[in-house]
Amino acid sequence: MLSNLPFLSCAVLTLLAAIAAMTLRNLVHCALCAAASFAGLAAIYLQLNAEFVGFAQILVYVGAVAILIVFTILLTHGSDVKAGEPVRSSSLWTGLGVAAVVLSALVAPITRSASLWLLPSANPQAPVAAIGRVLMTQYVLPLETIGLLLTAALLGGVVIAMREKPARKTPTKPSRAPSRELSHAA
Amino acid sequence: MSPLVAVLYIVGIMAVFGSAFALTTIAERKTLGRMQNRFGPNRVGPFGILQPMADAVKMLTKEDIVPSSADKLLHFIAPLVLTTPVWLNFAVLPFGDHVVAARFDAGLLFFFAISAASELAVFMAGWSSQNKYSLLGAMRAIAQMISYEVPLVLSTVTVVMMAGSLSLTDIVDAQSSYAFGWLARWNLFTPWGLAGFGLFLIAATAESNRSPFDLPEGESEIIAGYLTEYSGFKYALFFLGEYLGLFAVTGLGVTLFLGGWHAPVKALAWAPSIFWFAAKFAALIFVFIWARATLPRLRLDQLLAFAWRFLVPLTLINIAAAAAWHYSAWWGFQGAMATRWVLCAAIIGFPYVWLGRSLRGGSPALRKYTYAE
Amino acid sequence: MLGSGIIRGFIETARNFAGSYCSRERLTTIQYPEERLAQPESARIMPFLVFDGADPKAGLRCTACTICEQECPPQCIYIIKDAVKKPDHIGKMQMQPKVFDIDISVCMGCGICAEVCPFDSIKMDQVFELSSGERFNTFLLHKEQLAKPNEYFRKLHPSDAAETDARRAEDKIKAEAKARAAAAAAAAPKPPSSPKPGPPPKVPAPVPEHAEVAT
Repeated sequence: MLSNLPFLSCAVLTLLAAIAAMTLRNLVHCALCAAASFAGLAAIYLQLNAEFVGFAQILVYVGAVAILIVFTILLTHGSDVKAGEPVRSSSLWTGLGVAAVVLSALVAPITRSASLWLLPSANPQAPVAAIGRVLMTQYVLPLETIGLLLTAALLGGVVIAMREKPARKTPTKPSRAPSRELSHAA
Repeated sequence: MSPLVAVLYIVGIMAVFGSAFALTTIAERKTLGRMQNRFGPNRVGPFGILQPMADAVKMLTKEDIVPSSADKLLHFIAPLVLTTPVWLNFAVLPFGDHVVAARFDAGLLFFFAISAASELAVFMAGWSSQNKYSLLGAMRAIAQMISYEVPLVLSTVTVVMMAGSLSLTDIVDAQSSYAFGWLARWNLFTPWGLAGFGLFLIAATAESNRSPFDLPEGESEIIAGYLTEYSGFKYALFFLGEYLGLFAVTGLGVTLFLGGWHAPVKALAWAPSIFWFAAKFAALIFVFIWARATLPRLRLDQLLAFAWRFLVPLTLINIAAAAAWHYSAWWGFQGAMATRWVLCAAIIGFPYVWLGRSLRGGSPALRKYTYAE
Repeated sequence: MLGSGIIRGFIETARNFAGSYCSRERLTTIQYPEERLAQPESARIMPFLVFDGADPKAGLRCTACTICEQECPPQCIYIIKDAVKKPDHIGKMQMQPKVFDIDISVCMGCGICAEVCPFDSIKMDQVFELSSGERFNTFLLHKEQLAKPNEYFRKLHPSDAAETDARRAEDKIKAEAKARAAAAAAAAPKPPSSPKPGPPPKVPAPVPEHAEVAT
């Protein structure tokens, strides 16, 4: 039990943070608790001696995804919406059933997998050089596909954020005096 | 490593960089003063050397004001979340020969991960103050920090490529030999290293929120940005966190581009390696202070345009130049070195000039004041 | 090319930095109060009264004509004439002020009083460190506090004092010549028509005395 203490404390913190992220009233608090759960996950990865994944988890999730969530909340005034009465859905039991099915579909392969019985070793089994080599030779197709996916997401973001060209009837003449320009400004 | 050595490292790093923080505040004020044709602070001690003590007393004795509508917990935690991870950055920097606190296989990735983790604290600070200036400042700060992370990381990719490892000790070891028998093989003395160092410096200035990229805390612009509602010791903690971030990224720059703890010429290699690290560190801090004294502040849209439309393409082209340098290393004919230099400089130089021209938007037309004629 | 302006800026600040250790031109700070800037001759803060000689009462040039009191825009000068008259530098009996007060918290330093004084007796001082810990009693200066010697005037305003001294010496010489001529005319037998005396002489300063007490 004591030897598992680091893992147990990280796991408990992650779970608590995740539960808080779901149940807190203030939306920004939820986002920050989600970031804390990401950090807890990174701690678990690091305990498994998966250096690269752990640091990448912090860099990507805590450093970028959490900030993305926070920006979304701010830009859509989500923090103005106060949590009101809990919503009673009409399809509550159906939803619970589907959730149970999905959970069992996730848990079943995990419990039957062989990597549960692997022991963590002192030296990292996956030095970064090896990860890089494997990414570039064996897994290059998924890598490039992910790259394409990210590019598509980036382009989508740019398109959504792009301002539309304003349709102006009278173009502002820059040679006029500033006061008149102000009155013509669209 | 044994716990005793670990504790020594921790205490040493905190002592050294804590006093470096104090020294840097007074050195910065005096250097800025001299560059602005005035003395810096010179009243408190001889040549003002005790000014940080006076500043510390001031910060500690100021009343800690928390706005009544602020989010108490977040307002309290934000300075801690900012300052605590920054100390971790120093763990992977090699300060001298075999003087490094933690040898990670992915040390550089660790460094960038920690830098990214402290950005969330800026948002916490800005949002919890319930002040529109703070929130605006926080959002601008985060936008700036995220935008400049990309050129920062990309400019270090060339170094990783050439050294073949993400470990900082390996990168320093790759710069250990001496060319022509006397000049060190720092990464700075290669075309891709020179360009990469410049890009790294610019991105590092922006990451540390220093002038000319100090719009988030612009002292004359947005009150104090996300620091508006902080006073007393919490403000001092923010200040400390910012300067420590600057030190960390300066240390990284020294490690990646300036050869870490190696001496510049072989004749001077007898001096202790920590001294060389400290000397290069101090020189780089001076360059940051010099930039602060010289350049005006960039506006937010100029800042972001500069990052995405100028720095990111240049860093990508720098990677191509590094590849060209690497794959032409086997050239052995007479004047091969000069040819390689010219080739790589051209690969970086032409896009630089072209991008600079195309992004400038032309010089503004002469204004015509109709009522003044 | 992009970056050329930045390089020029860096060179300029580097020159400032390096030059601030060598040349005064690159480090223009005057560390007040250890160092003070020399004020130009025409600097004016508040007025003072000039006296000739060693005795502030006997040598005071002011004749209480009250022109400065009338011309002063904020009306900060308060004069009461004395009944007793005293001789000026050419021996003519002039009035003198019994009370001459200036409220320097009201005085705006315009210098009009010094411009209009016909006797060169009120001039502008250059002392500006006048702050006081008390609110009421320290800003009303009396005749004794306002009177300062002519050497002080010469030190503050050299060219003005030289011109004034020259004029007063000339007037004194003319007055003495006139007195000698009058004495000679009185001693000689009276001719039928005695020459009229000229217009009353101006008030020159007794320069010969000062030449002895020169600093």
